[in-house]
Amino acid sequence: MLITKVKDHRKIQEILKGYNPFVFKCFGCREVHFPEEEINEILKEGQGHLKGIARIDYLCREEFTRRYLEAFENEVRATKSILVFSCGVGVQVVSRLLEEKIVFPGCDTFYLNGFQGVTAQDFDCEQCGQCWLNLTGGICPLTACSKGLLNGPCGGTTKDGKCEVNSEMDCGWVLIYKRLQSIGRLDLLKKSAVNVRDYNLIIRAAVK
Amino acid sequence: MNLEEKLKSGKFVITSEIGPPKGTNIAPHIEEAEYLRGKVDAFNVTDMQSSVMRLGSLATCRLLFEKGLEPVFQLTCRDRNRLALQSDLLSAAVLGIKNVLVLTGDHTVLGDHLQAKPVFDLDSVSLLKVATGLMEGKDMVGNELDGTPDFFLGAVVSPGYDPQELQLIKMEKKIESGAKFFQTQAVYDLAAFETFMKAASRFGIPVLGGIVLLKSAGMAKFMNENVAGVNVPDKYIKMMAAADKKERAKVSIGIAAELINGMKNLCQGIHIMPLGWEKYVPAVLETAGF
Repeated sequence: MLITKVKDHRKIQEILKGYNPFVFKCFGCREVHFPEEEINEILKEGQGHLKGIARIDYLCREEFTRRYLEAFENEVRATKSILVFSCGVGVQVVSRLLEEKIVFPGCDTFYLNGFQGVTAQDFDCEQCGQCWLNLTGGICPLTACSKGLLNGPCGGTTKDGKCEVNSEMDCGWVLIYKRLQSIGRLDLLKKSAVNVRDYNLIIRAAVK
Repeated sequence: MNLEEKLKSGKFVITSEIGPPKGTNIAPHIEEAEYLRGKVDAFNVTDMQSSVMRLGSLATCRLLFEKGLEPVFQLTCRDRNRLALQSDLLSAAVLGIKNVLVLTGDHTVLGDHLQAKPVFDLDSVSLLKVATGLMEGKDMVGNELDGTPDFFLGAVVSPGYDPQELQLIKMEKKIESGAKFFQTQAVYDLAAFETFMKAASRFGIPVLGGIVLLKSAGMAKFMNENVAGVNVPDKYIKMMAAADKKERAKVSIGIAAELINGMKNLCQGIHIMPLGWEKYVPAVLETAGF
C-alpha cells in the first residue's frame, strides 16, 4: 500500500496562482490511500486559478490516461502547467504524455513497510515522500538513475547515453537533460537547490 | 607551499595517484610515492578504486603525510552514509589531511563485492556542501562543532562527457558547493579538451588535466569502448599498435609528454594516473620538460 500525502497547502496555492494549471486527481486504486477531501478543499480555495479538473482513477495506466486526456484537449492546451494529485507513477505518466508541460506533483508518496503497489507499470515510484518531479521534467532521478543521484549524472554515462551499470538502461540524467532542453527549461537543472533525501520522512511513515 | 598555495600562485601543478592494495602490504605503494618525491606536488589516494575492497584511503594518506608527502584524500559516497562521511572528514582533519577530493564513486556492481549495498546517501555535490558546512563549524543538520576542520576541497569533471553542457551544469554545482579545484578524467583528445576548457574557464577554478599512460593499443580500444568519457584518437592507437613490446613504454611516454605539452596552455596542471606504471612517470615529466 502507498500513502499519498498532500504537499504544503501554501505551496500548492502558489502553483495554482502562479501557473494556472490543469489539475488531475487520481482518486486511487485500493492500494493507495488518497486524501481526496483535503484536495477538494484546496482546489475550492484556488478555484479561480484552475484551467480545469479531471477526476480519474488509475492515472498510472498510460493508455487509459491518454484517451482520457483527449476529452480535456482544449483545457490542457490552454496552459503550460499541470498539477497532479496522485502517487509518483501517475505524475510520471502524465509527464510523458504531456512532454512539453511542467507537471507539478501535488502529493508526496510514502512507503509503507511490507506493502508495495501491485500494478506493474512503466514507471517506478520509490515512495520517497519528497516528490520533485516538476524540477526534473517528470523523470524520477531516484528510480531512473542506478545510484539515485539527485544533483546530476555521475561520470558513468556511456557514449550512447546508457548507464554503465546496465547497458540496457538509459542514463536517467541524460533523459532529464534532454527533456528539459527540449522545452527550454534547463534553468530548472541549474537553479535547483542541492537536494538531499530526508529518510526520516519514510522512517516515520513506516513506523506509524 | 602546499597544493592550495601552489595553485593560487599560478604554478603549473602536477599530481599523481596511488591505489592502496588489497591487504596490508602498503610498503611498495609508499615506495612508489617516494620515487616521485620532488617531482610531483601531491598524491591522490584512491578510495577503493573501481569498487574493489582495499586498504583505506585515509590511513594511506596519513602514512604519506608522515613521510612529508602531500596527500589528497579521495572520498566517495558509495560506502558511507552521511554520518560516516562527516565523521571521516573530521578524522581526516585531525590526522593532518587538508586536501579532499570528493566523488560520487563507482557503483558497487562494477567491483568485486557485487552483493554489497550501494549507499549513495549523499552525492559529490551534496558531500561538497556538507564539507563546506563543517569548515564553517556546523554539521549537516546545523549542530555546532567543537573544533572546526580546514579543507582544500576538490572534485572531478569529465571533459569528454556527452552532452557537455550537462557536465558543465554539474561542475558549476560542485563549485557552488565548495570545490576549489578539479581533476579530470583521462584526456587524449586535445582539441576536444580545448573546447571543454574554453567553456569551463568562465568558472575561474583550476583544472588539472587527467593523464593515463597507454600500455597497449588493446588498452586504448578497451577504454574507448568501456570507459565513460574517454576517447583515444586513432593516431595514438596506431602508434601503440606499431610499437613492439619493448618499445611500447617509450612510445607511451612520448604520447603522454605530447599531451602534457598540449595542456600546458589550456589548464592549470595535470593529474597523472599511472595505474602500475609509476616507474615511467619521471621519464614522462622529463620528456614533457619538467
